[in-house]
Amino acid sequence: MAGQASTGGAKRGFSVPQIPKIAVYIVGFVPAVWLFYEGVNDRLGADPMRYLEQALGLWALRFLIASLTVTPLRQLFSVNLLRYRRALGLLAFYYAALHLLIYLVLDQGLDLAAIGADIIKRPYITIGMATFIILTPLALTSNNAAIKRLGGQAWARLHRLVYAAAIGAVLHFVLVVKSWPLEPLVYAAIVMALLGYRLARSFTKKPSPRRRPA
Amino acid sequence: MLIRRSANIVPSEITPRDVYFNRRQLMAGAAGLVAAAAWPDALRAAPLSATKSPLSATDEKLTSRKDITTYNNYYEFGTDKASPAQNAHTLKTTPWTVKVDGLVAKPAAYAVEDLIKESSLEERIYRMRCVEGWSMVIPWVGIPLADVIKRVEPQGSAKYVAFETAYRPDEMSGVDTLIPILDWPYVEGLRMDEAMHPLTILAVGLYGETLPNQNGAPIRLVVPWKYGFKGIKSITRISFVEKQPETSWNKQASNEYGFYANVNPAVDHPRWSQATERRIGEGGLFVKRRPTLMFNGYADQVAQLYMGMDLKKFY
Repeated sequence: MAGQASTGGAKRGFSVPQIPKIAVYIVGFVPAVWLFYEGVNDRLGADPMRYLEQALGLWALRFLIASLTVTPLRQLFSVNLLRYRRALGLLAFYYAALHLLIYLVLDQGLDLAAIGADIIKRPYITIGMATFIILTPLALTSNNAAIKRLGGQAWARLHRLVYAAAIGAVLHFVLVVKSWPLEPLVYAAIVMALLGYRLARSFTKKPSPRRRPA
Repeated sequence: MLIRRSANIVPSEITPRDVYFNRRQLMAGAAGLVAAAAWPDALRAAPLSATKSPLSATDEKLTSRKDITTYNNYYEFGTDKASPAQNAHTLKTTPWTVKVDGLVAKPAAYAVEDLIKESSLEERIYRMRCVEGWSMVIPWVGIPLADVIKRVEPQGSAKYVAFETAYRPDEMSGVDTLIPILDWPYVEGLRMDEAMHPLTILAVGLYGETLPNQNGAPIRLVVPWKYGFKGIKSITRISFVEKQPETSWNKQASNEYGFYANVNPAVDHPRWSQATERRIGEGGLFVKRRPTLMFNGYADQVAQLYMGMDLKKFY
């Protein structure tokens, strides 16, 4: 698959219209603003706190997935969205932080004993919390100064933790539901495809740095 | 929407069951359709008159009709809480027969109206605690299950009552999924003494009207001291059996859902705590958790059913 991609030969990539990065943040925060607005006006259904909590978590996962599509889009379809990847990753982190905040404050009412017990005893909460902890250093180093300080290679190695975070995020989703409804499984399949692609490419690409197979 | 009826209504004031269920036949007869269904059209809620019951939880604020009818777990119509309200209209609830079989003197396929007509409808306001950690207060209309059980005369060897929900792929949008959510049809069961308990009812209505489909029309089980999933909906079969029957969620995940499924704050679901609950409609975004009560607050009435049982083992 990876070999085929390169035979396309287009090094320049598609000319994606240059949208300012700030627009990605603005559009990215629309769901959060809308959710809080609807929530405050009691329009999120019978169980609004739970709806808000789950919706924010789902948006975090969506942005995480979006950030993981940047590389395959570039390699397979020569669509270059690299300049937006940081925004997508940070949006995933911000939504994860809001999701966690709602859990701590509105869901658990800052009952530290209950929260502590949840983290220790409930695997899906343990995994969710671990995922957030993994995302934190990635968010903190998502700036040019950090790349310079760490050096490109170390930075890239650190940011491979995003794969662990993606696995954690879908596990957290699959484990929270009853039975096996389709939605979390679809997200799990997407994450597996995105990570599987990288794994396959790492095998096929390793032996030589050549870009063009003969 | 609350039925504001004086608490001490005399029985003679209540429309007799047979007259009530025949009124549509009278109307239909006038139109020349003598054989028309006696049960009110389930799509349009029809009023039910019911006496107030002393077994109601009277001190609790009722959950709104909107919340009760739009926030449902009825996986035959989809797994989203809003799905049943959107999809359940396709279920045809008239005519409706309930097959009574097994260890019983009078096995038969009963029309639902025949099954309940000997009893007078009661309003029972019950707390409903979902295993997921939320709760409601619902004004059901129904009859004691014990009435029906006595009428069909179970044999002495009948130790359990098994229930089955309709399974109709053509009318149920959620049963034909790639990965079945549950092993359909939905089945539930009670021990005979639980089934005979005065708190256990067969509900045919809520808020003074016939049940909306998403709440289990035309007839469903309500066992207020157990988690909501025990309250099997749209019942088509009641069987009297000797051995503990299989139950759907127990088959799906036996380590998470037991046969008894009594509300118990001290026994956690393996994946979440059961110590507290969120009351739907209370506080909106800023809903405060309240402590979950042993047997959902019905311990005085039902604790003796489980004397000497290890409730951690028989969850």
